[in-house]
Amino acid sequence: MSFERAQEKLKILADAAKYDVSCASSGSKRSNTSKGLGDATGMGICHSYTEDGRCVSLLKILLTNHCIFDCAYCVTRKSNDIKRAAFQVQEVVDLTINFYRRNYIEGLFLSSGIFKSADYTMERLVAVAKKLRLEENFNGYIHLKSIPGASDELMKEAGLYADRLSVNIEIPTEAGLKLLAPDKKREDFIKPMEKVKNEIIQYKSESKIIKSTPKFAPAGQSTQMIIGASGESDQQIMWTSNYFYKNFNLKRVYYSGYIPISYDSRLPQIGTDVPMLRENRLYQTDWLMRFYGFEVHEILNNEHQNLDLEVDPKLGWALRNLEQYPVDVNKADKMMLARVPGMGMKSVYKIIEARRFRDLNWEHLKRMGVAMNRAKYFLICDSRDFERRDLTGSQLKSLILQNSTSKYQKILSPQLNLFG
Amino acid sequence: MLISQEHTLVYDGTFDGFFTCVFHVYDLKLKHVNIQRKDEVQESLFGSSEEVLTDSEKADRVWKGVKRKTSSTGSLRIYYAFLSEQKGVENLLLRYVQYALKSNLPIDTDFGNEDILKVSQIAKSVGREKHRMEAFVRFKLTKDNLYFANIEPDFDVLPLILKHFKRRYADQKWMIYDLKRNYGLYYDLEKVDIVNMMLPNDFDATKTSKDFFADEELEFQILWQDYFESTNIPSRKNMKLHVRHVPKRYWKYLSEKLR
Repeated sequence: MSFERAQEKLKILADAAKYDVSCASSGSKRSNTSKGLGDATGMGICHSYTEDGRCVSLLKILLTNHCIFDCAYCVTRKSNDIKRAAFQVQEVVDLTINFYRRNYIEGLFLSSGIFKSADYTMERLVAVAKKLRLEENFNGYIHLKSIPGASDELMKEAGLYADRLSVNIEIPTEAGLKLLAPDKKREDFIKPMEKVKNEIIQYKSESKIIKSTPKFAPAGQSTQMIIGASGESDQQIMWTSNYFYKNFNLKRVYYSGYIPISYDSRLPQIGTDVPMLRENRLYQTDWLMRFYGFEVHEILNNEHQNLDLEVDPKLGWALRNLEQYPVDVNKADKMMLARVPGMGMKSVYKIIEARRFRDLNWEHLKRMGVAMNRAKYFLICDSRDFERRDLTGSQLKSLILQNSTSKYQKILSPQLNLFG
Repeated sequence: MLISQEHTLVYDGTFDGFFTCVFHVYDLKLKHVNIQRKDEVQESLFGSSEEVLTDSEKADRVWKGVKRKTSSTGSLRIYYAFLSEQKGVENLLLRYVQYALKSNLPIDTDFGNEDILKVSQIAKSVGREKHRMEAFVRFKLTKDNLYFANIEPDFDVLPLILKHFKRRYADQKWMIYDLKRNYGLYYDLEKVDIVNMMLPNDFDATKTSKDFFADEELEFQILWQDYFESTNIPSRKNMKLHVRHVPKRYWKYLSEKLR
């Protein structure tokens, strides 16, 4: 591997890949059995963090940024005047192995622009993974992009070498897709997802009968949506997300605040702020759906099409459903405790365990790490002291906002001043 | 009237040594005990001080008893908290063990009890640093084809990360050296040994000198630094979050932070 050439390509092709936010390296079950290199059994590891606070877990690069498509939101679109480069298969293998041996990374996340055809591109992605697995005896994590339109045979082969496969739907609504990526259709994304889902189900059921059945994408599949590029509502985003979780058994949906990269009039202009707070609220909603027992329509529906940026979505729900509170810490079931604002699942677990030994009071809850500034209005515990006033949702909200500082204060303050 | 005296037990800093002290406490029915590491002894004006010699058989007996009375998470928490080396942690653990031994139910999850909660919180910090070390170890290839890394963790986590690195890097020789505690792990393609080393006087752990390291080593560090820069999105910059994830005290051995 020539150092200078690899260096130049790496700069271009890492820069082009960075808008894909997935960095997960967990959830696989690939163990190092043959004294080879690497092991992907444990939890994911972030080996570093960029200055924007995102996890660096995988060597995330494009095989090439040549592309035949011209999607407006994409930095590698055909019409964009940028430097192009392409890695050789062997160069990617060498970089991955040498980074991995130095404990820089958990593995490889390989994506690509579409050059020539879908199959031609997918074939090369698969070739990298195959070489790593078969020639280098590499058991680290491999995440490959499913290229829409690639043949079933190639997708199948990809799943045998990769831990995770993903295809990004990018634009949450079909209308938005039509506007920004006229060459692409929703079906193009859905087809490979469907294929992978079915293969995973089939391999799993076979492995129950025949133990030596190879693993197929053991860390499942994920997708990503760009937020704020096509005027969609939070309801549209999260309902789409919910649809994909439910119908394709996705492990993760990622939300990526649109970073202006183009003067295209269909898109937010360069210099527009990245909607980071909105992105954060969407992730919180995603967590409520996956871990806290919320249904998407409880949080977002025709009456509430967008999340309140000022408060987290659980608090937002609580303020609209005050009749559900207060919750008794010493009696409530797990699902209701999980609905208390300021209470994470770890606190819920601690409370459920600890209350078997004694009734819990405010002091206990505080020490266990419950965010009291929010939780105290929604709880009763082993104490005569609790919120007795009959406050309305909006009174409660302003009370809570007065007594808390948001890390997003700067973004929020112009809005807050309206009420101040 | 008899004033109850404080007994100070001094031990060698090992896990076995600590449990020998616990054995001692039960054997002599001691009350008001203060367990201290030998290298941290503070003279007390009142009471007696006694050095307890480590006896792994006695330690084992107590440890087995504790394990019977706690869940596996619970006993692991004791070990993790012990490795924190925090001042006074021995006395906290003694109270934990005494509570566990006298109770009929496993008490590991009695988070309303301050000692139990405290031990679980310390264990969590140690666990966090174990995980950080699994992430922040940066191997450098030496001229002798050894992947070498130095660390200075807050807590004594080398025993906890051994398995992880052994499983992962089965086909390369490696060494992880704790400069603060002056010992390391060395894997020779067969097994992991605990080693002590005299580092050369001119060895600078933050640099990659050509005298010790392979020619291509610096090239891969540069490629890694380039990658780290290219993958950043400047318009999302958030240094507060960055520093929370990668606290500054770890920066000096992270090649991507040296540029």
